[in-house]
Formats: sequence, structure tokens, C-alpha cells
Amino acid sequence: MIKVVNLHKKFGDLHVLKGINLKLRKSEVLVLIGPSGSGKSTFLRCLNLLEEATFGKIFIEGVEITKPGIDVNKVRQKIGIVFQLFNLFPHLTALGNVSLAPQKVLKMSKKDAEHSAKEMLNKVGLSDKINSFPAQLSGGQKQRVAIARALAMNPDIMLFDEVTSALDPELIKGVLDVMKSLALSGMTMVVVTHEMGFAREAGDRMIFMDDGIIMEENTPENMFNNPQNPRTKKFLEAIL
Amino acid sequence: MENLQKLIRYYFNYSVIKDALPFLLKGAVLTIKFSFIAEFFGVIFGLILAIMKISKIKVFKYPSIAYIEFFRGTPLLMQIMFAYYALPYIGINLSGFFAGLLALSLNSAAYIAEIFRAGIESIERGQIEASRSLGMNFFQTMRYIVLPQALRRVTPPLTNDFIILLKDSSLLSVIAVVELLRAAKEIATWKVNPSTYTAAAFIYLLITLPLSQLVHYLERRYKIID
Ligand SMILES: Nc1ncnc2c1ncn2[C@@H]1O[C@H](COP(=O)(O)OP(=O)(O)O)[C@@H](O)[C@H]1O
Ligand SMILES: [Mg+2]
Repeated sequence: MIKVVNLHKKFGDLHVLKGINLKLRKSEVLVLIGPSGSGKSTFLRCLNLLEEATFGKIFIEGVEITKPGIDVNKVRQKIGIVFQLFNLFPHLTALGNVSLAPQKVLKMSKKDAEHSAKEMLNKVGLSDKINSFPAQLSGGQKQRVAIARALAMNPDIMLFDEVTSALDPELIKGVLDVMKSLALSGMTMVVVTHEMGFAREAGDRMIFMDDGIIMEENTPENMFNNPQNPRTKKFLEAIL
Repeated sequence: MENLQKLIRYYFNYSVIKDALPFLLKGAVLTIKFSFIAEFFGVIFGLILAIMKISKIKVFKYPSIAYIEFFRGTPLLMQIMFAYYALPYIGINLSGFFAGLLALSLNSAAYIAEIFRAGIESIERGQIEASRSLGMNFFQTMRYIVLPQALRRVTPPLTNDFIILLKDSSLLSVIAVVELLRAAKEIATWKVNPSTYTAAAFIYLLITLPLSQLVHYLERRYKIID
């Protein structure tokens, strides 16, 4: 479903991604860990073309999306992303946040878009908050709206960038539950997280990234119990 | 004592002001009308210029920068006189009102463009990224995400700009448009008594005071929301 071939990203002189190679099957849940600054966010952002790769290729279902001249808006429709800081639209209600893009991009009627937006919000447990503005929601609720907003575009792939790390501990579970049920429903996911419980339960595969390189790829079980790379070991010891 | 009496006779002469008042008010109405129309075109054109300046496409970006620098860097009075006295030579004959409207609209567009640009750029990057990641294109992102938020933030500086425009419209008096200042001047000349200027200044103040109060109110309100 996703194939990444020798992906490099530079910001000026700063070499952030140094040759990432990766394959991801449909319905697979890949968990990405690594120290801050190792390039995890940059990698996700390259996948949905928020950043332009400096070198290398990315294929989605056999189509190269890194080719110049590709319709980036089409690509992004199929790849949802959820950010650490939610990035909800503050001037729109929860319903407005979720139903806007389906209307403008997928050209759904307002009625249809709002109908399916309500279903999405219901799915993430927020049916009583459809008319609330982001400022009236808790962090956990905001993040669930953000997930619903991405899902409303009916994407094939979902990317999650440390979506629980800005949340108070008691709010994390609600968001992770939504992500777990999404994983169970067969969504293809790339998840940057340090929630090891989630990685164990929902992850099919784990990658440890450091300094722009994939240092280790393993099953969650082996990654935790029997890491091969000394740097993985050190990192896991520091965060567990 | 004698000087004080003279000051009152020449600058605060009640009967002169009273007689001139209907004429002055007519001038004030024109000033207000004119300012609204100029602001209207200034906002539309300024918004276009701002989006051009923000865009990464050079054929949009650089003409916009040049335009803004030109109109902010040359005196408005000269722009007005040029529109009135020079344009006829290339076949554009505009009445004082329309020459002034052209100059003031084009001039205020340059200032308004900078206000919009700052407002748009004050919207967090994450907003734009979230919008683009949903597949919305540049214009959809502007229209539905950036502008609605930016518009709130630019209302106070835009109102400030309108106050300046309103006062600047007095420059039209040099091309024979009988707006408020010109009205005051004509009667002052006729009556050989400049008290009408005092009255005109007072009328300007009456118009601008509510506007500046509005700015304070909006600034306070947005501080609470943000
Ligand atoms: N737009 C950018 N311009 C310049 N440098 C950037 C940009 N985005 C990220 N970086 C740099 O790239 C490196 C990797 O960042 P990031 O991908 O955010 O790491 P992570 O998500 O693993 O913490 C950091 O050193 C960061 O400062
Ligand atoms: Mg990051």
C-alpha cells in the first residue's frame, strides 16, 4: 500500500531524513518511535506531501506521489493526518470542522456532509458536542474532533503525530480507544507515539528511528523485550 | 485681553459658524460618502494585493510589492493631483470627485494590503496545514479557513485606517471637491473669517470619535476571545 524508497529530506543544510526505506501493507498499523528531533514528524509530513521530499520516492498503491506535477490535493484526500496540537479551526463548530472539507473537496451537499459528520462525531463519542466550538472542548475532545475531521474524508491511510502528547493523562485513554477501534476496523495507520500500551495492543510493526535513519524494525513484542540495536535499548530504557 | 477677543472673533465666531452650518454639513455628508466608497474599493483591491504579496508566485508577488511601496512612498497629495491634472493628457478626464476617488482608493489599497497581509500571516501555520492536509487547495484554504479568522483580527487596524482615510479625504479640497474642508474654506474666504475651520475640525472629530471608540471596543473583545 505504501512504499518508501530511499527518502531524504533536507532543510537547507540540515539533513533530517537520511534514506528511509519502508513498505506497509493494507490494514497494517505501524508504530514509529524515536527521540525528539529524529525526523518522525518530517517523515509523516513527507507522506502526505506537507513537506516535499528532497530525494527518493514514495508510492501509494503503486502510484508515485513524489513525481513532479502530481495533484497534491488528490493525494492528501486519501491520507488523513492528525497533529499533536489538534489544529482545529477555531471559528467553526465541531460539526463545521468535520463537515467543511467533504463539502468543499468531495463536493458533498451540506446536508449529506453534516449527516456523515454527525456519524463520525458519534463514532468518536462526541455526539453531544456537535455544536461546540473548539474553545469549549477539552484537549481530548478536540483531538477526537480532529480524528473525526480526518476520517470524514474517507481516507485510505491515517497518520498520527504524537496525538496524545499534549493531553492531560486522564484524557489520553479516550483518544487511544478511538485509535484502537480504528485499527481494528482495518485502517492502514502510521502512528508516532510513545504510548507503549497502544503499540503493544494495536501495533503490527514498530520502527525505531534516530537521526533520520531507521535504526530498528521489529514486532512490538520483540522491540520491547528483546531490542537488537543498543540505541533502541537505551531509548526504551529512558522512556519506559 | 484684546488678543483673546480677536481669537474668539476670528476662530470661534458663533454667528459665522451658525450661518455656515448647513453648508458645512453638506460637505461633511460628502466626506463620509466619499470615504466609504474609497474604503470599499480599497478593501477589495487591498485584499487582492495582500494575497498576491503572500503568494510564492513571482509574477503576482513582485508587482504587488512594487505597487505597495510606490503608493506608500509617495505623497498622497501628489497622487491626487496627478489623477486630476495629468490623466486628462492620456484621455482620462475625471471630475474632481472621481479623480480623488481613484487616487484615494488606490492609495488606501496599499495600506490595507499591508494590514491584510499581517492579519493573514498571523494565522498559525497549523491552520493552513490542517486545511491543506484535508485536500483543500490554496484558495479554499484562504476562503474558508484563513480569511474568516484574519478578518476578525484586522477589523481594529482597518477601522483605524478608515479614520485616517476620512481625514485624508480633506486633501480633495485642492481639486475643487466641496467636501468638509473645502466647504469650510469657501465660507471662510467669503466671510473673511476662518471660524468655519474650527467648526469643520469639530465635525471631523464628531465623525472619528465613535470610530476610535469602536476600535478600542473591538480590541478589548478580541483580547478576551484569543
Ligand atoms: N520546516 C522546517 N525547517 C527547518 N528545520 C526543520 C523544519 N521542520 C523540522 N525541522 C528540523 O528537523 C529536525 C527533525 O524534526 P521533526 O521531524 O519534527 O522531529 P521529531 O518529530 O522526530 O521530533 C529537527 O532538527 C527540526 O528542527
Ligand atoms: Mg514531532
